[in-house]
Amino acid sequence: MFENLSERLGGVFDRLTKQGALSEEDVKTALREVRVALLEADVSLPVAREFIKKVQSKATGSAVTKSITPGQQVVKIVHDALIDTLRGEGEPGDLKIDNPPAAILMVGLQGSGKTTTTGKLAKRLAGREGKKVLMASLDIYRPAAMEQLAILGAQVGVDTLPIVAGETAVQIAKRAKQQATLGGYDVYMLDTAGRLQIDETLMQEVEDVRDAVEPRETLLVVDGLTGQVAVEVAEEFDGKIGISGVVLTRMDGDGRGGAALSMRAVTGKPIKFVGSGEKMDALETFEPERIAGRILGM
Amino acid sequence: APRRVLDDDMLEQLEELLISSDMGVDTAVRITANLAEGRFGRKLSTAEIKSALAEEIARVMEPVARPLPIYNKKPQVILVVGVNGSGKTTTIGKLASQFKKAGKSVVIAAGDTFRAAAVGQLQVWGERAGVPVMTAAEGSDPASLAFDAMTQAEKDGADLLMIDTAGRLQNRADLMEELSKIIRVIRKKDPDAPHNTVLVLDATTGQNAVNQVEVFRKMADVTGLVMTKLDGTAKGGVLVSLADKFALPIHAIGVGEQIDDLDAFDPQEFAAALTGVSA
Ligand SMILES: Nc1nc2c(ncn2[C@@H]2O[C@H](COP(=O)(O)OP(=O)(O)OP(=O)(O)O)[C@@H](O)[C@H]2O)c(=O)[nH]1
Ligand SMILES: Nc1nc2c(ncn2[C@@H]2O[C@H](COP(=O)(O)OP(=O)(O)OP(=O)(O)O)[C@@H](O)[C@H]2O)c(=O)[nH]1
Ligand SMILES: [K+]
Ligand SMILES: [Mg+2]
Ligand SMILES: [Mg+2]
Repeated sequence: MFENLSERLGGVFDRLTKQGALSEEDVKTALREVRVALLEADVSLPVAREFIKKVQSKATGSAVTKSITPGQQVVKIVHDALIDTLRGEGEPGDLKIDNPPAAILMVGLQGSGKTTTTGKLAKRLAGREGKKVLMASLDIYRPAAMEQLAILGAQVGVDTLPIVAGETAVQIAKRAKQQATLGGYDVYMLDTAGRLQIDETLMQEVEDVRDAVEPRETLLVVDGLTGQVAVEVAEEFDGKIGISGVVLTRMDGDGRGGAALSMRAVTGKPIKFVGSGEKMDALETFEPERIAGRILGM
Repeated sequence: APRRVLDDDMLEQLEELLISSDMGVDTAVRITANLAEGRFGRKLSTAEIKSALAEEIARVMEPVARPLPIYNKKPQVILVVGVNGSGKTTTIGKLASQFKKAGKSVVIAAGDTFRAAAVGQLQVWGERAGVPVMTAAEGSDPASLAFDAMTQAEKDGADLLMIDTAGRLQNRADLMEELSKIIRVIRKKDPDAPHNTVLVLDATTGQNAVNQVEVFRKMADVTGLVMTKLDGTAKGGVLVSLADKFALPIHAIGVGEQIDDLDAFDPQEFAAALTGVSA
């Protein structure tokens, strides 16, 4: 299982002490390579740095047994630590949607996959969990954004809030809440416009939406191909809006998914779902083992 | 200003600055090594070091800073490709508006027949830019729309035909084949077309952008790049490794969601933003 990373670390590992305990020098040497692997997988630099520090102290002095080479030993410790960091509390796919109607607020950067994920999640909640779901688009900016959600709603057989021109995002959110209450919906999902974490006006808008509906879940939808900016995006969205979880999209690509580690490490919030395609059923619950392997290129 | 010796520590800091811009480890190491040449061990101020670094980056980027070339061809066909959500449709709207303002007659073909409301989105952009948009039914073959659009643009004597395509991840062989097919069909009308195949990259993307360029270039003969979302805090440092590896021209950058938010790629400005030097 560790062949690939071990291979890339091959030369380094050959130089490690063959028996006894891993020395500080051994571990340092090996972790230099691991650091590069993490950075190439798009783990954000400060997160990679912290992570290496943690592993360093864990690995130093650990016994090297006969059945495992020192290199494999280090990689195993790294792999386990990755899984440990990636794994959130509770079951990954669980959402707090008791107390009907429960609001789920979807937020994130432009083009990250919010609208698509809203449709996928609605389908999952309606189908698998038998919930009565309402979707509403608060995206008054992007051309045809509301139409997009309406089409997805029709595709997955989930109601969407009728489109009314000229309303603000907060007005739409309130109308969705009212309709969800009156219509006996279990869940109402609010898809929002994409926004930069540094856009004060738009960040304020979504804060106002949050205050108006008090969402049970606020999910940050992040492109799984995201690079170094992941840390800042996570910090700002979590700091300003307060997120309850993360959805990583485009994990059907061949990206290494280092953003997963950055997101988890920075927010401490669970990664709930993984988007694995454009179709409405391409949503999976997050599995730390799989992402850990991917990040390490295994 | 206080000066300090350009030593290994300093170089490592610079390397990390570049890595934070998504440059990738290899390129970051190479760029800092170039910087160190002739300067290692010398006493320099932080400002001096950073501006030298910016210069080094601008030097690499200078040759690829080239606007979308306009040929004496009617219609000049511009095919726009890229992964999902990178900004293809928006960039087409912006480009169409620029060309229109420059006095060109432009036709857009809504070649994304897959994604929900992709056509509606492009129609709005067409209206904004004052440019007609050719559409086909959802789920129909994008290659045949491209063919029809070629016919129409020829008939209308349009200067430019811009073809939008559905987002696709480069590891999806079936979708990449669909793209190849679009190109084959276009070439039936004009063996030189598409005259430009523009790959749209998202600045927030990390190292996967390298794979994107590699595969799209192979499967779709990409002739140039546009990087979007540089109005955010992502620095787009991966462009430096791309320039190095592929030397594809960078035609423009997206700096917002409005119609005028498309700028020429300026190596000096890019390098300054990347290194944090005030331009
Ligand atoms: N391959 C793949 N594509 C996805 C996934 N999730 C979303 N997409 C695609 O990504 C593109 C953007 O998705 P949207 O749902 O429109 O993204 P958004 O965040 O709502 O975009 P804005 O509203 O413009 O900010 C579309 O082409 C989707 O089909 C995924 O998990 N895998
Ligand atoms: N901030 C910012 N947002 C941008 C820029 N370019 C595009 N966007 C936004 O990014 C999102 C996706 O843009 P689209 O043009 O729909 O992307 P696409 O590549 O056509 O997406 P698909 O067709 O779904 O693959 C939209 O919300 C755009 O408004 C840019 O330069 N800056
Ligand atoms: K980038
Ligand atoms: Mg959307
Ligand atoms: Mg599009």
